[in-house]
Amino acid sequence: MSDQTVRGHAAPHPEAPPPLSPPEEERVVARRGVDLAKWWDRVGILVVLVALVVLMIVIAPNFASVSNLFNIARSISINAILAAGLTLVILTAGIDLSVGSILAVSGVVSVLAATGGWPAWLAILAGVAAGCLAGLANGLLTAYLGLAAFIVTLGTMTALRGLAYTMTDGQPIVSNTLSFRDIGNGYILGIPAPVIVMLLVYVVIWFVLERTRFGRQVYAVGGNAEAARLAGINVRRVITSVYVIAGACAGLAGIIFAARVVSAQPTAGTGYELDAIAAVVLGGTSLAGGRGRLYGTLIGSVILGVLSTGLILLNVQFFTQLLIKGGVIILAVAIDGLKQRPLRRQRTRATA
Amino acid sequence: MTQDRPPLLELTGVTKRYGATTALDGVDFDLRPGEVHALMGENGAGKSTLMKILSGNVARDAGRIAIDGDPVEISGPRDAAAHGIAIIHQELNTVPAMTVADNLALGREPRTRWGSLDRRAAVREAREKLEHIGADIDPSRELGSLSVGMQQMVEIARAVSENARVLVLDEPTAALSRGESLQLYRLVEEMRSRGVGLVYISHRMEEVWQLADRITVFRDGRLVGTRERADVVPDDIVRMMVGRDVGDLYGHPPRHPGEVLLSVDGLTDGELIGPVSFTVRAGEVVGMSGLIGAGRTETCRLIFGADSARGGTVQVRGRTIRARSPQAAVAAGIAMVPEDRKAQALFLIHSVEDNISVSSLRELSRWSVVRRGAVRAGAREQMRKLGIRESALQLPVAALSGGNQQKAVLGRWLMRDADVVILDEPTRGVDVGARREIYELVEQLAAAGKAVLVVSSDLPEVIGVSDRVLVMREGRIVAELDSTTTTEEAVMSHATGTASSPSGAQHV
Repeated sequence: MSDQTVRGHAAPHPEAPPPLSPPEEERVVARRGVDLAKWWDRVGILVVLVALVVLMIVIAPNFASVSNLFNIARSISINAILAAGLTLVILTAGIDLSVGSILAVSGVVSVLAATGGWPAWLAILAGVAAGCLAGLANGLLTAYLGLAAFIVTLGTMTALRGLAYTMTDGQPIVSNTLSFRDIGNGYILGIPAPVIVMLLVYVVIWFVLERTRFGRQVYAVGGNAEAARLAGINVRRVITSVYVIAGACAGLAGIIFAARVVSAQPTAGTGYELDAIAAVVLGGTSLAGGRGRLYGTLIGSVILGVLSTGLILLNVQFFTQLLIKGGVIILAVAIDGLKQRPLRRQRTRATA
Repeated sequence: MTQDRPPLLELTGVTKRYGATTALDGVDFDLRPGEVHALMGENGAGKSTLMKILSGNVARDAGRIAIDGDPVEISGPRDAAAHGIAIIHQELNTVPAMTVADNLALGREPRTRWGSLDRRAAVREAREKLEHIGADIDPSRELGSLSVGMQQMVEIARAVSENARVLVLDEPTAALSRGESLQLYRLVEEMRSRGVGLVYISHRMEEVWQLADRITVFRDGRLVGTRERADVVPDDIVRMMVGRDVGDLYGHPPRHPGEVLLSVDGLTDGELIGPVSFTVRAGEVVGMSGLIGAGRTETCRLIFGADSARGGTVQVRGRTIRARSPQAAVAAGIAMVPEDRKAQALFLIHSVEDNISVSSLRELSRWSVVRRGAVRAGAREQMRKLGIRESALQLPVAALSGGNQQKAVLGRWLMRDADVVILDEPTRGVDVGARREIYELVEQLAAAGKAVLVVSSDLPEVIGVSDRVLVMREGRIVAELDSTTTTEEAVMSHATGTASSPSGAQHV
């Protein structure tokens, strides 16, 4: 409290405590609420992951083998990359349902480019560019026309799926000599290439989100878009940008997918958007925007991956797997809701 | 008032602790039937905790509550209602998308023989309830289309129809125009004459003096004292509230305005506002007054680019701002502290540090990478200057009191060192102490050569803090008055269009 004496006007009465301190009750309640939230943000989701891994090791003996762990890492990389881009979108209180379709279009574009004689790097670039373009469309429609992101991306999800079918005449284009196939199947220093790509994506996006001005603006826009606008932030540009980044990530994921199956599949990525959203929410990012961390999304993706692989190792029926995955997602959101309650209650109190 | 009868409501030794802190410390309080008992005190003094105990939202740790001398337990809002206690919160508890009648019937909807809603009966009952309190409101209108004042009337009508004997009003006039306030005062008098006991929480000395029979002052969770209004003068109460002499709240040294910093010329939104033209000079504080709906906030938003103008120019230091957006305004050196800080200025879930630094990120970054040390140091510096405890740096800004939240918003613009600062109702919902600090900040801004525009509905404030007062009516500036010579009456007569009654303030 002593820091309060620096004010420039009449010194407080000697007996009275500084009269301008914020309400004690609010402070105390807030601190309690925040601590719980912080604790969960930091370690809660990790605890879930560790518990899950331990469970898997106990009940599925071959789970912990290096080759199996690499398999898991490889299998989660596509969803994790989608989820990384989606985290930015969800942090601005938006949503992108089209990432699965973008994945398909980008895969088709790169395979067509590669089979058309383009060098591998250019084919990859073309796929990412296609993803960016699709994201740009999402972003412009959402930010500048003020349309609801859910509806815009629902529309582009359908339209881009149609585009993928159109470009391939509805048939997979198989190319056994695909020049960039190593990005899906190769190894770098003994680590699967998609895992390396995934880690690079996370490092870059983590840096953008946590260290750059743009990253802070993403949080600000999600926290209160009107306040962000009145604080001088170009809200529309920020919103457009996050959709472009989500599109780029989906493009990259599409290239990896195409490389993995050595073909362009118009049906690729169907339903992936929901897995990606699940990973983001599981990682503690609030659908209301402004709150969440990228590393949570990575852990969320890993949890979903471990769960699927583990259930397969346990020979759990596919239908049952879906039941369990759905339950886990709802549980995670429920925990998220509980953790935010103390703060919310405190806020309504402060206004009462 | 007869003293042998037990008081309507009596609290003895009521205590509430939150962890290590005591929010209410052995409070004795009583309310007589047919009395207006004002509660005063700075934010966080314990008024709202007391209210929450009365409404059953918070359980007390010690003490007893009695109604008509009989001890009662209030363990939830239903109990409160059963004991005839009704609370009108600052933030209204109604459904804006429903009609007035539906709101009044909420939870007790009349049914037809067939079990469906009896809308006609609902409207008829609503009309009776509204007439009962003397409010002239059409029950079939959508509640959200009414002014805040009228919405409040609806809520009071609801409380009264539930046979409330104790009515607690929490800063009821904070969002009301003068005309609406007068209407509310009449309603308060009416309730009093019917023997209802009213607890009236307010920061406004003027209205407390007009309405209250007794005044109780809280400070730091303690009841400082209860006084008969007739026995004290306002300064006594202020002294009780802050525990020291406040002195002249608005007094400021003579100012020496320099060059013109802000120049607004023919600004209009093409509909309701303008054309508006005026200038603000360096080191000058210009007040803007007018009734609610006169277009003050809208004018500020046009200047700041928050809404798009249809015509006119805004210049800062003689340079016209071309692209009209908040972004361009901020870049040109304009800052605005909006009216509704929670909806328009604060990122409630984000830290105080983030809230203060958000508009200065460009300056605090190198190649778009935020220099985190600089952000922290800058935010700390502002907090120190503003008297917000620095330990709050990483706390969500929602955890601060209203006054400190407002200071955090101010800190955001102090950090940017903006040339022109627009303050829209800067002291709304802010207690006396923090209010004084905000005036001092205005003074510092002026002393530092900034151009300051202060919009306020509080007449003594808008005159006291400024050098000139611009009075708006129906979207235009109708008068420019010298603050050293003008009076509240003069400002009001211009605001209302001279002698006409102030009830024309209803349209928004």
